[in-house]
Amino acid sequence: MAKWIPLWLHKLSSPPTFYAFAGKVRPWAIALALILGVIALYGALVLAPPDYQQGDDYRIIFIHVPSAWMSLFIYAVMGVSAFIALVWRIKLAEVVAMESAPIGAAFTFITLVTGSLWGERMWGTWWTWDARLTSELVLLFLYLGVIGLYHSFEDRRQGARAAAFLAIIGIINVPIVHFSVQWWNTLHQGSTVNLFGKSHIATDMLWPLLTMMVATKAYYVASLCGRVRTDLLALEGGKDWVRKIAAAEKSR
Amino acid sequence: MSGSFESFLAMGGYAAYVWPSYAVFLLVLLADWLAPAFRRRRILRELRGRMARQSARERGKDGAAPFPPAP
Repeated sequence: MAKWIPLWLHKLSSPPTFYAFAGKVRPWAIALALILGVIALYGALVLAPPDYQQGDDYRIIFIHVPSAWMSLFIYAVMGVSAFIALVWRIKLAEVVAMESAPIGAAFTFITLVTGSLWGERMWGTWWTWDARLTSELVLLFLYLGVIGLYHSFEDRRQGARAAAFLAIIGIINVPIVHFSVQWWNTLHQGSTVNLFGKSHIATDMLWPLLTMMVATKAYYVASLCGRVRTDLLALEGGKDWVRKIAAAEKSR
Repeated sequence: MSGSFESFLAMGGYAAYVWPSYAVFLLVLLADWLAPAFRRRRILRELRGRMARQSARERGKDGAAPFPPAP
């Protein structure tokens, strides 16, 4: 590996450098998210044909499934950064882990609500204690637990360490959510889209789904950049670089 | 796709399920987007307050009394 890579990473993990970096990334990420999101919505609501069994109700899939993917993806990012934060005590990793939690909780909440709306007509029930639904609900509680633990300490860094510990333990739940439809006999259907191998979905339904997946990923990057920037300002309030920003924003 | 806007809104009879789903998706993400912006403004406002108090204290130390001198 080239020598400059660790050096670049090391520099990037310094709060003022990352603050500036995230400020540059954020507008591009949100622009990408909005453009792809609008294209995906048009494909999902207008271009894709109704399902031959579910009619137009299946269109919930275009937000339900990308949100569910994000709920797991963000948890994985949070878990890995929490691990880095605990082992190497890198402040930026702590902030990334803690600021990922609210975004992940938002996507998990969306997954549960849209799934409930979908299930009411197709299964005839808003909720059932089946393996997929229950493990996804546990995922929401893990996110809320991480957020709550982080804010329940007087010392923010101590809170971050406790919450990071919980985040790492909770990683066990990620494969459980993913494989629940194979391991247990569930009401929830198996996966429709397969990364390797054949997907069980028509192309004009698949592309809006995949476009929405990229859009939600880009949204996560944009939202995380904004949240990390804000949290760095709070965490580094005594430092000169933050005070310069505070003074500059007043004169505007 | 039948082409009329009414039938688009009707969602084949599933309007009460499809539209709330999309509304929840957009509203939750909008809230997630706005929350840090408000927090950022509050953090910087509080920090400016701290900075102002600190510079007032330092002016006091230099001799110019921060309070009117006792008679």
